[in-house]
Amino acid sequence: MHLAYPAVLAALLFCVGLYGVLARRNAILVLMSVELMLNAVNLNLVAFDVWLRDSLHAGQALTLFTITIAAAEIGLGLAIVLLVFRHRGSSDIDRLTGLAEPRPGAGPQPPDASSQAAVPPQGGGDEKAEATA
Amino acid sequence: MNVAAAHPGFLSPTGVEITFVLVGLATLGAAVLTVTTRQLVHAALWLVVALGGLAVEYLLLTAEFIAWVQVLIYVGSVVVLLLFGLMLTKAPIGRSPDADSENRPVALAVAVVAAAALVWVVVDAFRTTWINLHGAVQGSSRATGESLFRHWVLPFEALSVLLLAALVGAIVLSRRETAEPAQTAEPAQTTGSAGAARPGGGTGTGPTRAAGAAGKERD
Repeated sequence: MHLAYPAVLAALLFCVGLYGVLARRNAILVLMSVELMLNAVNLNLVAFDVWLRDSLHAGQALTLFTITIAAAEIGLGLAIVLLVFRHRGSSDIDRLTGLAEPRPGAGPQPPDASSQAAVPPQGGGDEKAEATA
Repeated sequence: MNVAAAHPGFLSPTGVEITFVLVGLATLGAAVLTVTTRQLVHAALWLVVALGGLAVEYLLLTAEFIAWVQVLIYVGSVVVLLLFGLMLTKAPIGRSPDADSENRPVALAVAVVAAAALVWVVVDAFRTTWINLHGAVQGSSRATGESLFRHWVLPFEALSVLLLAALVGAIVLSRRETAEPAQTAEPAQTTGSAGAARPGGGTGTGPTRAAGAAGKERD
């Protein structure tokens, strides 16, 4: 089999995932796109392992490790998204601007942005209490 | 008609190559639908198609163990986790018009430029490289297991510890709201958490839940 086929497919899948990460607004859809990018890397690892006939099977072992790390990442990521959703009532990445500097020349802000901007001192204290607990 | 006699050419594809390209096209289409569909649940279901297609590609590359692990972990657990996440964050079932953010053209431009650069480099680098799929199977379960438990034991064990840490972390993150009332009883903490929970009140259940949590804290 020509090596360019899996390599090109992996590159295209990675770019599709890149587009998803940049363009999506829902945090869970962003996580899905991250999964696509990780899978593109896995395909590259497997293809080059088969091509090189590696005696250590490094490509396949690393693929298994990547799959494990992806599972851990998706578990932690979903837990964080659920926590954010519980606090903010939304999992839209665009609205999570609690740490952003308020721009003086910005346009009309959505009504919930002002209430979120008022939160951070309390939220900071809350996070600290959580860290010490 | 072969381009060169020494190696197989582009113009005489084997059955494996044809199958690989067809499954690859289906995988790519499903991936594109995953990142462009406006129905959130459909995105997760198209992700199943994309990941299953990748499992078939692994099988075509003679990596059978990776293929079954892919089916088990990704299609079996990761997508189910994503669906549960969509359910728990009250994702709308129908079409949601705000699934894409405003910087979509910029994202499209970045992705197209990255795809063009990567494909150009990859095709230029591996134009005359062929994978020999005949002979000993490179990715059989026996070979993978032997290498994994002979040369890769230490990373394997370290990774299992990392997976355990991630699971514990996910549990701790998820049950914060129920664990906090038992530990903090100061009134200052009560007002702080009630104030922090207020922005989520847009859903209607937020104020009542915050009030319930505050009431539980005072007990």
